[in-house]
Amino acid sequence: MAIISAAGLARTFQTKRGTVEAVRGIDLTVRPGEILGFLGPNGAGKTTTLRMLTTLLAPTGGAATVAGHDLATDPAGVRRACGYVAQSGGVDPHVTVREELVTQGRLYRLTRSQAVERAEELARDLGLTDLLDRKCAALSGGQRRRLDIALALTHRPRVLFLDEPTTGLDPGSRADLWDLVRRLRDEYGTTVFLTTHYLDEADALSDRLVIVDQGVVVAEGTPGALKLQYGGSIDATLQDTFLAITGRGPAPADAAPVAV
Amino acid sequence: MLLHDTALVFGRYLRQTLRSRFQMLFGVLMPLLYLLFFGPLLTDLPLSPQGSSWQVLVPGLLLQLGLFGASFAGFAVIIEKGQGVVERMRVTPVSRLALLLGRVLRDAALFVSQAVLLVLAAVVMGLRAPLAGVLIGFVFVALLTVSLASLSYALAMKVATPQEFGPTINALSMPSMLLSGLMLPMSLAPGWLDVLSHFMPFRYLVDAVRDAYVGEYATVSMLYGALVALGLAALAVTVGTRVFRTAGA
Repeated sequence: MAIISAAGLARTFQTKRGTVEAVRGIDLTVRPGEILGFLGPNGAGKTTTLRMLTTLLAPTGGAATVAGHDLATDPAGVRRACGYVAQSGGVDPHVTVREELVTQGRLYRLTRSQAVERAEELARDLGLTDLLDRKCAALSGGQRRRLDIALALTHRPRVLFLDEPTTGLDPGSRADLWDLVRRLRDEYGTTVFLTTHYLDEADALSDRLVIVDQGVVVAEGTPGALKLQYGGSIDATLQDTFLAITGRGPAPADAAPVAV
Repeated sequence: MLLHDTALVFGRYLRQTLRSRFQMLFGVLMPLLYLLFFGPLLTDLPLSPQGSSWQVLVPGLLLQLGLFGASFAGFAVIIEKGQGVVERMRVTPVSRLALLLGRVLRDAALFVSQAVLLVLAAVVMGLRAPLAGVLIGFVFVALLTVSLASLSYALAMKVATPQEFGPTINALSMPSMLLSGLMLPMSLAPGWLDVLSHFMPFRYLVDAVRDAYVGEYATVSMLYGALVALGLAALAVTVGTRVFRTAGA
């Protein structure tokens, strides 16, 4: 039984220059407890898809269910079942870590004392305990990310959506974040749906990859299977495999202007 | 749920305001300067048959406070959109209406307290007005704030950058101030300007508050003022709610 399934999920935007088809029709299924890497070039529609699956953006076509809740008819159910960390995160720099965590608990309808308790618990779990009384502005990039994820885990969601969670982090913080994602899956059975541009990250972390380009799914499978099928060998790099799939290899040398 | 969520959002933004003394006091600065440096010019002018020039000017300054303060409230949403705070809240089950109402009620609280400061300063300058009238004035400030802040937040959800937002608000608030006779009553205006000003909803509000400040509570102006203020608030909150419900951009 899939925890996420989407069929023909589409979104068009009306702009001054006409209609833009950001997402043309995404079909995918995600199994419970899976770590899914959602890859694609810039502008492929990754963030738009994530925003649709988390109810932030209404689809203009297709349908999807998340944890058994239909996106169109039961957005409230989807919101209760999923957590979302946007690329930009989402904390007020002038507020303390504790206040953000407690407010988030209250937004998920916990009582005041439950929210305080849950904030402590999340802080313990994500290594934020010593930072609780610090303002968000005073956190390092890695600490900020852990706070963003803690906020998204407030209601123990079954599905966690992470949009480029490690962009801008140093190698140590990235390694910590990978461990955290694996631990969420192993300890709580959380399904993790993450986008990334770092192919080593996708390779190391994901059970399965879905690659999108120009608003549609162009390939999917385990990293190994994709390398074999598109990269020509199980030993191919994911980089070469990715470029082969999206057809955006480095431009041939003679295509570059000789002089500018 | 709506009440719980509204109180929660109200609390968050009230704490934000209380952290910033600048935000608390800056809004009152412009009307205060008018009071200090413009008010004394009017003291000997016969602006109203029933009262002093302060009873004409202070109602105008109160609504000016609401007009300029609340119509820029949306800047906060533009900043929060950039920080990702708006989306972070929108993926929780929190009521969409509460996300608007909590903010708008904070603004009403902020501007009414600034209005109290302004009236106290005006009393020092020489204003004498009945207490009931002054209280009615605060109710109008609250209603105006609720209306304009709702519209401002709705616009802020729609536009992408502060560069679009600021000039739009400026272009709307300046003529609104001039055409509603906030500084000097429109009774001084030539016929065409007086007629034009009747198309500006704020004119009815300021006329009503001026009546209240001279102790005239059962007048046609008061009736129109109350109807326009309530109608405007209902319309603005409806528009704001629709935008907060559906906003995706």
